[in-house]
Amino acid sequence: MSIRERLSGNEAIATAMRQIEPDVFAMFPITPSTEIPQYYAAYVADGRVSTEFVCMESEHSALSACLGAEAAGCRAVTATSSAGLSYMNEVLYVAGSMRLPVVIAVSCRALTGPININHDYSDSMAERDSGFIQLYGENNQEAYDNYLMAHRIAEHPDVRLPLMVCEDGFITSHAIENIELEEDAAVKAFAGTYEPEHYLLNPNEPLAAGPYGISAYYMEARVAQAEAMKRAKKVILDVASDFENTFGRHYGLFEAYRMEDADIAMVIMGSSAGTAKAAVDRLRDKGIKAGLIKVRVFRPFPGEELAEALKNCRAVAVMDKSEGFSSCGGPLFAETASACINLDSRPKMIDIVYGLGGRDFTVKAAESVYERLCGIASGKDIGPVYSHMGQREG
Amino acid sequence: MAYNLKKELGKPERFHAGHRLCAGCAAGIVCRGMMRALDEKDRAVICNATGCLEVSSFQYPFTAWEDSYIHTAFENASATASGVEAAYRVMKKKGKLPEDSEVKILAIGGDGGTYDIGFQSLSGAFERGHDLTYFCYDNNAYMNTGTQRSSATPRFASATTTPAGTESVGKKQEQKDLTAIMVSHGSPYVAQTTLFGNMKDFHEKAHRAIYTKGPTFVNVLTPCPRGWQYPSEDLLDICKAAIDTCVWPVYEVVEGEYRLTYEPARKLPVEEFMRLQGRFAHCFKPGNEWTIEAAQEYVDRKWEELLSKCS
Repeated sequence: MSIRERLSGNEAIATAMRQIEPDVFAMFPITPSTEIPQYYAAYVADGRVSTEFVCMESEHSALSACLGAEAAGCRAVTATSSAGLSYMNEVLYVAGSMRLPVVIAVSCRALTGPININHDYSDSMAERDSGFIQLYGENNQEAYDNYLMAHRIAEHPDVRLPLMVCEDGFITSHAIENIELEEDAAVKAFAGTYEPEHYLLNPNEPLAAGPYGISAYYMEARVAQAEAMKRAKKVILDVASDFENTFGRHYGLFEAYRMEDADIAMVIMGSSAGTAKAAVDRLRDKGIKAGLIKVRVFRPFPGEELAEALKNCRAVAVMDKSEGFSSCGGPLFAETASACINLDSRPKMIDIVYGLGGRDFTVKAAESVYERLCGIASGKDIGPVYSHMGQREG
Repeated sequence: MAYNLKKELGKPERFHAGHRLCAGCAAGIVCRGMMRALDEKDRAVICNATGCLEVSSFQYPFTAWEDSYIHTAFENASATASGVEAAYRVMKKKGKLPEDSEVKILAIGGDGGTYDIGFQSLSGAFERGHDLTYFCYDNNAYMNTGTQRSSATPRFASATTTPAGTESVGKKQEQKDLTAIMVSHGSPYVAQTTLFGNMKDFHEKAHRAIYTKGPTFVNVLTPCPRGWQYPSEDLLDICKAAIDTCVWPVYEVVEGEYRLTYEPARKLPVEEFMRLQGRFAHCFKPGNEWTIEAAQEYVDRKWEELLSKCS
């Protein structure tokens, strides 16, 4: 039986962690993810979990400790945001290459310059090539559900890759919403236990991990890692299918909202999708065939599936909540556009960078994007392919 | 049981020949000695910082280590070891490991990975109090990248980033006293040693460090024939000169109590150590006599300080 509750995204993730009860939680605080380890520290203090909770002296060390613990034979987790994730950068790549299925909860937040604590995806997008699987949620329910699936995906023998569960800083991490939680026992049964084949503390055989790999071996290791990321797509769908059978909520690689006959569409991620869905509904009421795709899985990138979903659209706006400074579009646009490159007929595509550092994104703003798409679909000039939205002029 | 080198060398080897360390490199001797210091029945997990030792002892698909070993990056051997130690505790608690088996968590890094880039994670691990032993093989510079100066490089040593030249007499600063800093962390056992005699001093310190509960630290002066510029067969002469000149005093600190474990019969002048190595060659050129005097003053001052702590 599901339990109806009201929780913030951070508390929802901390609850999922408590129910799964990882062996080691190595942490370092940073806004807005700090609450996750704080809630967890209280579970430890009250004897509700048997986890070793280790207060590290930096995020770099927190993830390093997770690597040590995971390689030793344990389920290890951490949580971070923004500069904390950037500080982990070096170790993120090591986690992927060592094939250690560490799970990081990321409350996504702008990167400094100027310093800002609010939401955008500049932190997680900067790590899109680190070798982590990345799941994004729209609200606290999706943050919770993504976390429940995270360890099973990461630890699957076909995958063995680290994973980030990304929620929107403050918007999701701190806003309190209704949520359906699952029973502790049901979650434990669903998440299973971590049974690595090889681990440092195995009493029956030693393990050497993290070698120097010369040119004769490096490429094979990288290709094996890339193949695992490809295989992750199926595992994510299989776990989602089992999740739906167990708990009743459906998840895919992305959510296609009113896309069946859509002429125009928006590709977007996270909480902004909820806002944009309201705009889609208003446009549909006016007879405009608008749709939306909310990307849930950014790594592995569902390129073929996205191309299939977008192929009949006439105009598509990709909404990037991070600035990549490529001067021709953000990361979501680059990936979506390249996914569509071999379609026989493909939609006109524009990229709009919005919401940086927590700048508001409103239903009205989403409607204005669809209005522009209507124009492009009816043959008007496409205008600037890459532009920003919501900033003050002058 | 009294220490017996022959008996110790008869133990099964746990750091194997075939590694790629240079001839005359002391790091391999440190590793063999460190592993011999483990009781035979006990296993270890070695957490190694990036450096000469890492790239030479675990080049895929070969490892020189008989026990479990992990390398993740340069600056985080202590943090990685903290995670392994936390894992060991929780797995013991949950009954996932045999009751009667003991695993020792050992971290090892060069002076770059310990004194400098790895210092934060080292300090963090000692403050948290993990049950592990950190061995620093201090070869006085960043040797893996080609003898750049570190905070462990002695004053006046010529390194590739502090070369001696017409306007330079080598490194300008004195060494960081890392051993003292680790004592300040409140560690239950901190020791400084090098390779000399029948290795008794090294062996006993390594054993005591490994079998003292809590975070313990052993700082081992580990000469590097390439960086220090001496013939590789002179390794033990260099070590002996370091302790007899008191450039590298040999002592231990047990629960804050200092104890000298080697006192030279006759304290030799510091130039007896410097003269053996090309990195100090410029100090012996006419006009640079003051560098040897300054080096002597520093060694004398540090030695007197240490003696006063030992009394």
